[in-house]
Amino acid sequence: MIILTLMAITTLGIIKLRNLFSVVVLSSIYSFLMATLLLIFDAVDVALTEAAVGAGVSTVLMLTVIYYTKTTEEEPKHSSIIPIMVCLAIGGLLIYGTYGLPPFGASDTPLHNHVSAQYLQRSIPETGVPNVVTSVLASYRGFDTLGEVIVVFTAAIGVISLLKKDNS
Amino acid sequence: MSSFLSNFVSSYNYYIIIFLMISGLYIVVSRGNMVKKLVGLALFQTSVYILYISPGKILNGTAPILSDDFSLYSSPFPHVLILTAIVVGIATLALGLSLVIRINEEFGTIEEDKLFEDEI
Repeated sequence: MIILTLMAITTLGIIKLRNLFSVVVLSSIYSFLMATLLLIFDAVDVALTEAAVGAGVSTVLMLTVIYYTKTTEEEPKHSSIIPIMVCLAIGGLLIYGTYGLPPFGASDTPLHNHVSAQYLQRSIPETGVPNVVTSVLASYRGFDTLGEVIVVFTAAIGVISLLKKDNS
Repeated sequence: MSSFLSNFVSSYNYYIIIFLMISGLYIVVSRGNMVKKLVGLALFQTSVYILYISPGKILNGTAPILSDDFSLYSSPFPHVLILTAIVVGIATLALGLSLVIRINEEFGTIEEDKLFEDEI
């Protein structure tokens, strides 16, 4: 709960600050808080990935970009009343939506009783892997992971073709 | 009163997720700087990660690595989905940032307002 509150405060800082360097550093802090939170939520694999990718790689990428461009943000010219109203309306609708969601930490929800329970029971006999996340990722949903590799490959091609220097 | 308070505590994760989500959306809509826009987009994405992971947690449960010492595990299924989402997220972020660099090379600015001024 404390970490969730800290994340909200970090977000306020990101909204408020105009120095892009501080924004990038704050988003790195946000990612580390996120990794800690995922550790508390028992998602150890996701926490490792978030700490490496979210806090490491994306911070480096953003720092590279603000090295090439400017580090200060200019004042927006339009008034921010309409975006605030739209965001508050969407937030109200989303909060209305939470009344149908299960309370935190409950174990009798549909999520825990259908496919997840099957994965937990079958992982050892069918794949022999004790880490259920690994067995689902690499075995049961292997094609999903293959699609993910294709997405990353496409993005890499896009980045290379965008940043290639024209010789002509 | 106490039931209201316990309801609030058991839904606190959802409230914070919604706050992160709409502040990400707000940054994307209202800020003209493109790097800041991408940070807002990343905020929105990561709030969705918590939205998926937090219902998977069972109180007193443990990480889904099977062992004889434990019997109650949190659900592994959202973890798998979000592992994929994180990697796709960094791919889109890299693509967006390289677009920002190209725009800066071409027009000399990454502020949306100035870009539209040049067009007119």
